Amino acid sequence: MAPNVHLAHLSDVLFTWTVFVYAIAMLGYAAEFAFARLARARGDEPTRSVRLGKAAVAVTVVGWGLHVSTVVTRGLAAHRVPWGNMYEFSTMVTLVAVTVFLALLVRQQVRFLGAFVMAPVVLYLGLAGTVLYVPAGPLQPVLNSYWIKIHVVAAITASGAFMVSGVITVLYLMKAWLERRAAAVSIGPGTAAAVELREPAVGVRGSARAMVDGVARWLPASDRLDRLAYKVIGFAFPVWTFAIIAGAIWAKYAWSRYWGWDPKETWSFITWVVYAAYLHARATAGWRGRRAAYLSLVGFACLMVDYYVVNTVITGLHSYAGVG
Amino acid sequence: MTEIATETPAVEQLSTAPSAPSATGINPLLRAWRQLTSMRTALLLLALLALAAIPGTLLPQRGLNPAKVGAYFAAHPHLAPWLDKFSLFDVFAAPWFAAIYLLLFVSLIGCLVPRIRLHARALRRQPPPAPRHLLRMTTSTDWAAEEQPADIVAHTAALLRSRHWRTVVREEGDGVVSVAAEKGYLRETGNLVFHVALVVLLAGIAMGGMFGYKGTVLVPVGDGFSNVQSSYDVFSPSRFFSNTHLPPFQFTLDRFSASYQPDGTPRSFNAVVDYRRGPDAPAKTFDIRPNEPLAVDGSDVYLVGHGYALQIEVRDPKGRVVYNDATPFLPDDAMFTSHGVVKVPNGLAHQLGFTGFFYPTYGATPTGAQSVYPAADDPTLDLAAWQGDLGLSSGLPQSVYDLPVAQLKNVGTTQLTPGKSWRLKDGTTVTFVGVRDWATFQIAHDPGTKLVLVAAVLIVIGLLASLRVRRRRFWLRAAPGEPGDLPRRTVVTAAGLARSDADGNATEFDRLVHRLKD
Repeated sequence: MAPNVHLAHLSDVLFTWTVFVYAIAMLGYAAEFAFARLARARGDEPTRSVRLGKAAVAVTVVGWGLHVSTVVTRGLAAHRVPWGNMYEFSTMVTLVAVTVFLALLVRQQVRFLGAFVMAPVVLYLGLAGTVLYVPAGPLQPVLNSYWIKIHVVAAITASGAFMVSGVITVLYLMKAWLERRAAAVSIGPGTAAAVELREPAVGVRGSARAMVDGVARWLPASDRLDRLAYKVIGFAFPVWTFAIIAGAIWAKYAWSRYWGWDPKETWSFITWVVYAAYLHARATAGWRGRRAAYLSLVGFACLMVDYYVVNTVITGLHSYAGVG
Repeated sequence: MTEIATETPAVEQLSTAPSAPSATGINPLLRAWRQLTSMRTALLLLALLALAAIPGTLLPQRGLNPAKVGAYFAAHPHLAPWLDKFSLFDVFAAPWFAAIYLLLFVSLIGCLVPRIRLHARALRRQPPPAPRHLLRMTTSTDWAAEEQPADIVAHTAALLRSRHWRTVVREEGDGVVSVAAEKGYLRETGNLVFHVALVVLLAGIAMGGMFGYKGTVLVPVGDGFSNVQSSYDVFSPSRFFSNTHLPPFQFTLDRFSASYQPDGTPRSFNAVVDYRRGPDAPAKTFDIRPNEPLAVDGSDVYLVGHGYALQIEVRDPKGRVVYNDATPFLPDDAMFTSHGVVKVPNGLAHQLGFTGFFYPTYGATPTGAQSVYPAADDPTLDLAAWQGDLGLSSGLPQSVYDLPVAQLKNVGTTQLTPGKSWRLKDGTTVTFVGVRDWATFQIAHDPGTKLVLVAAVLIVIGLLASLRVRRRRFWLRAAPGEPGDLPRRTVVTAAGLARSDADGNATEFDRLVHRLKD
């Protein structure tokens, strides 16, 4: 069946609106941070900033609704599941990332994540809408299987969650850096002076440091960020495992073997191994904390290679997922 | 393993992981063994495994695409042999890759065996007694109650048991009673199941690698296949596979159809076969499609490719048919521009051969003729005829897709459409009778698949349990108040402890205490 042109167009319009509304939400979270800082400097209660933050959450929910509509109309337009190419895949991954953020928000106070989740989401969607965009169309016969619903949905869900965990991990490293510095300063005036002397806060580097500093001060304790990142990875890792297994079962039907070290399979395996190493590192003395955090970021980098480098640079059996 | 003991007091130790061994004064072999089974080594091996897999995705691999490996050798004649010495074109079959994962699995088994023993023991043990100073723990509280200590403890124990806590009540003397409870043994169970399942998975993979087989065969529409090794175009048995194990099924390709999008990308493929489990079994029909292999007698038949076979008829100058057969042509591009060779060794004064290019939908482009659509909408055949010794009697094996044109004499070229004939100078007539489809099938049998699947399911279940379940303890102590107090009040202290998810544990603790206070 030919794609429905009107619905496809509607999906594209909704997509643009999603990005726009998310961008506003992102600015809202950033404004919350700025006003909270200002209020703290003046010694006021941060009522205005809290109101701004809550408004940003409301805007995010609106954007999320638009995002869901984008995906649904795209699927209806193409008469198939809306995750058949990289544009659609990226749209879905960001949808999962925002959903994970909102789900966390229901259970605990994680509004501080807002700007940091929305910024990569907006960037990612911007990239998807420009570089990766392809018009709605049908699927290749080999993709025509109900396993596309199981395998790809699991992969997307895990990826969106890994994306959020990556954001939290970066924040954790920032906060841990600040706490270490604070600890060094509190040892004594001599040490503090040494710290100041070694790293004078001037120029571009100085202002970048000041920004990291300001953001890090606003964040909750590194301990909590670490646990939050672990919680999200603890959700994503079994889903990722399931995605690989479902992919293997599908591969058995489609390509006559469940595992063949195709580049996509191999990078999914590498990603799995690195996150497995993270989980082990977190339970190993001398590896928990920063080293484990670096492992988790390496895992996320592998995931990115898995999706973007493998699809665009390396040719393999998953090449149909590429651009155009 | 997702948990390991740290230097915490015994009461805080909820993991059954063996504590760090002291490395002094023991047998060096034992020390090496402990080193190998330590978490640090496991971490290192995991990192190595991830690193070792990377070259397998950057360099062409023989197992995936041997032609690309050949091209790499041609492009890098000096570097490639060196890379080959280190098995970099067969990374996943390389000895060093096997060394890493085998070491990892030895380390894993070495770590698993004592942990299974410890966990089995922990499952039978009662929760440890309440620590002396419950209020020193992070998650703890105290309150005063009217009831007798024994009643409070009995009530608490009943509540905990109804919530599936393993509970034990202890008399501590002087009228003090305490209850100790533990829950979440499933965490370590899941952890162990996950890791054991990994070992089973490896065993299943090894089983397939040792006893399976696979092969490919090209079948033109109307032709059949029976499952004996000589029927295959390519057959790769595993190390311990014996030919007598080939199940005796057979099939005939009845019909093949393909449909395409307007831009030539495929929309659907169907290969309808009549198959039998054995020569005397009843025939059944099955439509083999992408994602839908035919499962017969433990083997699976997959549709992996298709193309066109050209029916060519050759008559000698007297008009007698000397050749009439369908020859498969091999596709060269997505639009199925195909090439092929026809050999007519008998019946003519000189042996005759043809090289040809076939265009299912003919299109003339500036760079030459090529097919512009994969369906046979405007089939056209470019033929060149060659006379001479085809070399078939030389005894050397020869590909059916190659003709030794260097030793032959070109006797003309032409372009034909179905039904059209071409008369050579010596009076031989060549007729392009028509086009038939052919399909290639891969037939595979992997006896390890079921075991691998079971292991995979256990991996997910074990993982979920080990990441979702919290191992936690709960203690409550009820002590009679001072004799002078009137009314005499019972002092209740309670504490909770969890190895993971402190937030979730605190919430559960608060709820539990709230219930108990009511």
